[in-house]
Amino acid sequence: MKSEPYMSTRYLPFGDHALLIEFGDVISLKVNGKVIALNEALQKAEIQGVEELVPTYRSLLIRYNPLKTTYEQLVFHIKDIEKTLKESTTEVESRKITIPVVYGGEYGPDLTYVAQFHGLSEEQVVRLHSEREYRVYMIGFVAGFPYLGEVPDEIATPRLETPRLKVLAGSVGIAEKQTGIYPCEAPGGWRIIGRTPLKLFNPLRQLPALLKPGDNVKFRPISEKEFKTVEDAVLKDVYSPFSEA
Amino acid sequence: MKVFHVLKPGLFTTVQDLGRYGYLKYGVPISGAMDTFSLVTANLLVANNSNDACLEITLFGPELQALTRTQIAITGGVASPKINGQRVPMWQTLEVQEGAVVSFGKMESGCRAYLSIRGGVDTPPVLGSRSTYVRGGFGGINGRQLKTADIIEGFDVSLLKVGYSMPEELVPQFTSQFKARVILGPQADMFTERGITTFLSSQCRVTLEADRMGYRLEGPMIEHKAKADIISDALLPGAVQIPRNGKPIMIMRDAQTTGGYPKIAVIITPDVSLLGQAKPNDLIEFSEVKIQQAHEKIREYHRFLNNLGRMLIKKS
Repeated sequence: MKSEPYMSTRYLPFGDHALLIEFGDVISLKVNGKVIALNEALQKAEIQGVEELVPTYRSLLIRYNPLKTTYEQLVFHIKDIEKTLKESTTEVESRKITIPVVYGGEYGPDLTYVAQFHGLSEEQVVRLHSEREYRVYMIGFVAGFPYLGEVPDEIATPRLETPRLKVLAGSVGIAEKQTGIYPCEAPGGWRIIGRTPLKLFNPLRQLPALLKPGDNVKFRPISEKEFKTVEDAVLKDVYSPFSEA
Repeated sequence: MKVFHVLKPGLFTTVQDLGRYGYLKYGVPISGAMDTFSLVTANLLVANNSNDACLEITLFGPELQALTRTQIAITGGVASPKINGQRVPMWQTLEVQEGAVVSFGKMESGCRAYLSIRGGVDTPPVLGSRSTYVRGGFGGINGRQLKTADIIEGFDVSLLKVGYSMPEELVPQFTSQFKARVILGPQADMFTERGITTFLSSQCRVTLEADRMGYRLEGPMIEHKAKADIISDALLPGAVQIPRNGKPIMIMRDAQTTGGYPKIAVIITPDVSLLGQAKPNDLIEFSEVKIQQAHEKIREYHRFLNNLGRMLIKKS
């Protein structure tokens, strides 16, 4: 029951120029799927006065221009669009991205801890982390940081008690059932199990973030040697992590 | 074109315009001037576009030497500006000769002042804005605050023949007490009735943890019904989060774009700009307005901003 969306979607005012649409208060593919579906529909609808859409785990924020529309008009219009989504059950088309990762050692200083915490070998943790596909639920925390879910219960691990002051760019971490990737060097409390040479965020690109909510991500264990090769290719801008659908 | 040489950077001086819009979904905050009204006015006083980049000065201003003849205006908090050691007025066009030194004294009221340069500050736009986002390390001058020996670049535009000044009755007066009008929600239903009453009836004090990301406030504890956590969702400047300890956190322009504390209310747009002038130990009082009233205020505010250029006094 707990993983279910709300019986009826909540439309809530967020100050004087935003509307928050909540679908539930849980992390679940079903709830996030509704967020992504409405996000896509509203992008296509190009509603007068809508300036920006921010999809998150379980809600969609709509920033609007109060000089061009009213809260009531917007709610009325979007409820109409939401109804059409309920009738059609078409899956949202999502991109598939493979993230190469060196696990353990200096690349993933917490891999040993995560393995010991669960009574597993490091190899088992790597296999469990890299064998499933994850949904990008949202981007937040720092520019380009993807919140991915969910890791198997066997490797879900609480955050560090004292966050590190410095986590390296590209670090792949686990926090409870979430996994994520640090786009830049930042303080952080996630358990770091590996690192990718991919650049998740570059403000000088037209699309600054590599990933977007709704994407499907898989991790691929690589060697240190391949890390260097991919890193070079990324620098030369000739590496593509996207696979054909 | 080189306009100023930074002799001293000041406490925390950054390049800001009206902000970087459209990238929240990638985790990029809006950034931009904390006090947008003062930034817009500083621009109008040197006949710039409202969105041109200015220097945002925090509490202790920089010392800048002009590398060319230019015109500037200084608005916002009362920053005691001087040119060549002589006190000069704020809220009007100022002539700066090549070699002259612009400096600042004590911030007598408010927290942030804005220095516009005729033609605007020129830094490479990043994602459509020149605003500095220090935590992300981009925008402005190499994504950081000013430091000694930086060069402030500007555009080669013709200087004004006649300057402007702001009519005295329109100059905002900042005290250490702020009134913030809010719209309750989106998660006001996670608080008890007593919690909401406490929030709307007591004064909060700005703590030392107050910067461009947000202000932590001290005041009577605001009571949650049960849970004090939500599954993270989006944030915008003006949002007031209440974590488990019951003490409000006001979200400002460089804050992270998502958060996991319930938001009891969101401050209306014109008041978020005003609160850009609040500093540690200042007092804030919240009061409730309805969306329709807030939209009326926004329309008024826009009419005022649109007319402001025409209301400025031409100096003879």
